[in-house]
Amino acid sequence: MRKGSGDILNEFRQGDAAAFETLFRLHQRAVYGWILRIVRNPASAEELTVESFWRIHRAHARFQPSRGFEAWARRIATRAALDWLRTKQPEIELPAELQAPAATDPAVSAEIRLKTALAFQRLPSKLRIAAVLAVVEEQPHKEVAEALGISVSAVKVRVFRALRLLRKDLQQQGITP
Amino acid sequence: MNANDELRTKKLLQQSLPPVDRDSEPARDLWPAVLRRLDARTAAPPWFDWALGAGLVAFAAFFPASIPVFLYYL
Repeated sequence: MRKGSGDILNEFRQGDAAAFETLFRLHQRAVYGWILRIVRNPASAEELTVESFWRIHRAHARFQPSRGFEAWARRIATRAALDWLRTKQPEIELPAELQAPAATDPAVSAEIRLKTALAFQRLPSKLRIAAVLAVVEEQPHKEVAEALGISVSAVKVRVFRALRLLRKDLQQQGITP
Repeated sequence: MNANDELRTKKLLQQSLPPVDRDSEPARDLWPAVLRRLDARTAAPPWFDWALGAGLVAFAAFFPASIPVFLYYL
């Protein structure tokens, strides 16, 4: 008889290895994709996906099945990615095969885009992670808030502060967005 | 910064950092790496083993005469 998702979540909570593998198989792609949006480097995203699932396994006893696995896993993955961001810089240039099609304004030169990306890297990691998820990846504020463990209004404040600091940095370089 | 400035900065940022393709997936199966990670952490000696070892070394350093006794009981 096939197990329901509730059974798997409960078994995972009790430390069942097969349930953990099932959850890994179901969610590894989503967790990887979420981390990749933050770190923008496929090799680091893979490494952090492994780290996240290790943390998920370690925290299995604290998992509450009623609150769902995906949001919980995303929160742990976000924390792992934030730890990574504090010590390393994300890639500016994404490999072409990982880029989603984006409309670029021909009036904005490649040099300005590069300077903007570099200025964005200089922002504090907490502001950067909120801005990259909410502005660049256009994730709903509610999801970003859940992943960061803060309120929706706190996400909006962080995004606003990130944009304000970015604008200030660019203005100091003679660029007015 | 007014709403227009915010919008323009947002658009410039979006043009400077292209979003990641939603269909991206890992290039390899990560399950073996997760298993290796779990095994590595399980195999690591707990902190009190290190503390016990450090205590024995310190004891031997302060009381060198005890070393032959330790060796005898090994």
